[in-house]
Amino acid sequence: MPVNKVHGKAALASVGSFEHTIPPPFPHCKLVIIGASAGGSAVVRDLLADLTASYPLPVVLVQHLHPDDRGLLVENLDSEMTMPVVGVLDKMPLRPGRLHVAPADYHLLLESDSRLALSLDAPVHWSRPSIDLFFESAALIFKQDLCAILLTGANEDGAEGMQLISRLGGRTLVQDPASAAFPRMPQAAIDQHAAQWVLSVDRIAKSLKNLGAEVSNG
Amino acid sequence: MKIEDYDAEVNDIELSLLLEGIYQRYGYDFRDYARASVTRRMAQFMQDNSNSSLLDITGRLLRDPDYFYRLIPYFSVSVTALFRDPHFYAALREKVIPMLRTWPNFKIWHAGCATGEEVYSMAILLQEQGILPRAQLYATDISQAALDTAKAGIYSLDTMRKGSANYHQAHGGNTLSDHYHVRYNAAAMNAQLRRRITFAQHNLVTDKVFGEMQLVICRNVLIYFNENLQNRVLELLWESLDYGGVLCLGDKETLAFSPIVERFQVIDKHNHIYKKAV
Ligand SMILES: C[S@@+](CC[C@H](N)C(=O)[O-])C[C@H]1O[C@@H](n2cnc3c(N)ncnc32)[C@H](O)[C@@H]1O
Repeated sequence: MPVNKVHGKAALASVGSFEHTIPPPFPHCKLVIIGASAGGSAVVRDLLADLTASYPLPVVLVQHLHPDDRGLLVENLDSEMTMPVVGVLDKMPLRPGRLHVAPADYHLLLESDSRLALSLDAPVHWSRPSIDLFFESAALIFKQDLCAILLTGANEDGAEGMQLISRLGGRTLVQDPASAAFPRMPQAAIDQHAAQWVLSVDRIAKSLKNLGAEVSNG
Repeated sequence: MKIEDYDAEVNDIELSLLLEGIYQRYGYDFRDYARASVTRRMAQFMQDNSNSSLLDITGRLLRDPDYFYRLIPYFSVSVTALFRDPHFYAALREKVIPMLRTWPNFKIWHAGCATGEEVYSMAILLQEQGILPRAQLYATDISQAALDTAKAGIYSLDTMRKGSANYHQAHGGNTLSDHYHVRYNAAAMNAQLRRRITFAQHNLVTDKVFGEMQLVICRNVLIYFNENLQNRVLELLWESLDYGGVLCLGDKETLAFSPIVERFQVIDKHNHIYKKAV
């Protein structure tokens, strides 16, 4: 994302009524998770454009893919982003400063030792990976130390997972449906009262950057 | 009941008690299965049976074997396909078949063969390479129901259609239909293939080493286990291999996170094919 744009938003945010358009500090955060479906990969790239390998948190992406995808998303993202991108293999440990991408045609789950696990259980809401399933398993492990982001998509996956995260004290950010290529997925999370913050992609990007600084400074 | 509706910590204690109960009463050891998956599957079982707590389930299954046998399929989901991951079969043909040729006779073990599609795919590959008569194939699984299907070797035409697409992507030499015949809307694998395969029940967690294998195929089974159990099972697979023997894991499974990686040599990084180092 162009730097001048960030400055533009920061300037706006300092004007009284915009004060609350960026979430407050969240220094105890331990993990960032992202759910995306149709139209998602371009948004993910913009969202994480400013982050690097020195980002203090691990980031995990569950993006709906065609079952036959053989790692093309990982390759593309890795060539377009500064932060290194890795395709998840079973029991891979989480690493700060890495984007971990769920593979096609497996469910992704988080284990209590902070390893990523795969499963071949039946698709949930016609999706494998299912965003709900991963978000719920991450919520049970990281509880209030989790920051979850739900982006564009043409189905309702993710809303239930966001609900549980919110209930267990984590933070939930949802892409403003008005700015989404496919508004249904973020809208479902809003309708189910799972969205604590509804923000443009630029603002989510900014808050992720801030989050990194807050976590680093303890 | 939805996963949100119960207390996660209490649930986890109840889950430990349930798994301990199953182990003590029936001898099936699921205690070191990957926890997040088991949690979800048991939530599913509760929902499907309108049960309100894992403790209720535990009480009932300790006394009622039929109830236990209804629960067991939740631990062994047997999804598979003919020539699943076609690129893997291409790698087998290029990199593993030449090694097998150097043995006058050789043994192959499919650990966690599910309903058999994987071992028939192997038999087809060996036949097309002209070395099936030198092969003895063993196919094992924890699930007797899956093994019964595997032994019969009869599949739906839909299974064959998908298998055929995979077969061509794997650059199979002929057509898949050379290897089966259709009877009453179902496909039966040819007898020459079936004759080379021995099917048996075997539990990777509690049963012993399987013999001096030249090739062990264990795909999409380790994902069921936690890290600790994976290491134990990998130890068993290592012991079952002849020196110079080959181990193949699933498309998203790797030795990279296990200390046992030191005792293997990588043959194909992308397809997770390893050779037992001498
Ligand atoms: C997803 S299937 C894999 C089938 C085949 N290998 C493939 O990749 O297509 C996993 C199989 O592992 C079996 N399994 C699970 N736990 C096992 C155990 N402890 N011992 C042996 N097999 C087990 C299940 O019954 C199931 O049939």
